[in-house]
Amino acid sequence: MAPAFPRSGDAIFANVERVNAELLTLTYGAIVRQLLTDLEEVEEVNKQLDQMGYNIGIRLIDEFLAKSNITRCVDFRETAEVIAKVGFKMFLGVTASVTSWDTEGTCCSLLLEDNPLVDFVELPDTCQGLYYCNILSGVVRGALEMVSMKTEVTWVKDMLRGDDAFELQVKLLKQVPEEYPYKDDE
Amino acid sequence: MIGAGKMKQYTNVLDKPLSKGRQEVSLSGFAYLFSELVQYNQTQVDNIGELERRLEDAGYAVGVRVLELLCHREKGNRRETRLLGILSFVHSTVWKVLFGKVADSLEKGTEHEDEYMISEKELLVNRFISVPKDMGSFNCGAFVAGIVRGVLDNAGFPAVVTAHFVPVDGQQRPRTTILIKFAEEWLLITNRYYEEKQG
Repeated sequence: MAPAFPRSGDAIFANVERVNAELLTLTYGAIVRQLLTDLEEVEEVNKQLDQMGYNIGIRLIDEFLAKSNITRCVDFRETAEVIAKVGFKMFLGVTASVTSWDTEGTCCSLLLEDNPLVDFVELPDTCQGLYYCNILSGVVRGALEMVSMKTEVTWVKDMLRGDDAFELQVKLLKQVPEEYPYKDDE
Repeated sequence: MIGAGKMKQYTNVLDKPLSKGRQEVSLSGFAYLFSELVQYNQTQVDNIGELERRLEDAGYAVGVRVLELLCHREKGNRRETRLLGILSFVHSTVWKVLFGKVADSLEKGTEHEDEYMISEKELLVNRFISVPKDMGSFNCGAFVAGIVRGVLDNAGFPAVVTAHFVPVDGQQRPRTTILIKFAEEWLLITNRYYEEKQG
């Protein structure tokens, strides 16, 4: 049975200030377009999007923890559920589902059927290697790193490339214990 | 490799039904994205003028698409031919769809015939932006100015659009004014049209 969250994703989303999703969609499109013009190489754009996502993720985690009153997650399973149900809902207004757990419980997939970033988007033939939503993978990676989890996040399915949904594979590499900036014995 | 070897399962994006535009995302999500846009552009330029120009170009692309989307969805594909018509379209419809409210005011410039101003107490995009003193009068509203320019340009009303901070007595944060200066040739055409109509 799924654990009961202190505040559900829907409740938080109803309480935050919201804007039209199309503004986000079009602004994101403008960003990707600018990157493609500046960097030209699709691989470079992917990397830059991931980096931008990482920068967002390390700040977003603070707001997420503040607004959602989530207690410390017991294991990675709970973490993934929280990201899918609360995190995505809070910021993008859509929920994801968690699938494809591996036997050790360190690798799972977040399945997104509805993605506001890709409304109106079609990938041209010249950009077939582009992971359009790569910013999301950076966000997840950055946010988890700030809560002491080093992860690797990759795209498994991409609707813009012909698949039927968006699937992000999140693999927990290691848990980094928190380091204190001062020494106890001095 | 993803997507490889599969028949294209999705229909052409143009075949999908147009959304009603009711979907929402959190303001903070948009704010993070906008801040990344500004930060990225800061790394690509040497001076403030360039930065404003790049933000405006990004906004221009948004404006073009907003015009197409809203003309189809809200106005039933009717094209605006009058100046006041397009200005009120920007001030009400575009602002309402993008920012959730109509703009605070639309004024005609007193000094010049071809200037109009849309004012807003606090632009949505500037909500979480603070400009350091050494950047002078830089205004991230250049993005919004770009959106307005994109809409006007593609509706057939070429103009130069800029964003300015205007200090207001009794208010800590200055309000933002989007200044629209219509291109001269356009005004000549409209004046001649109205003269011929009356004559």
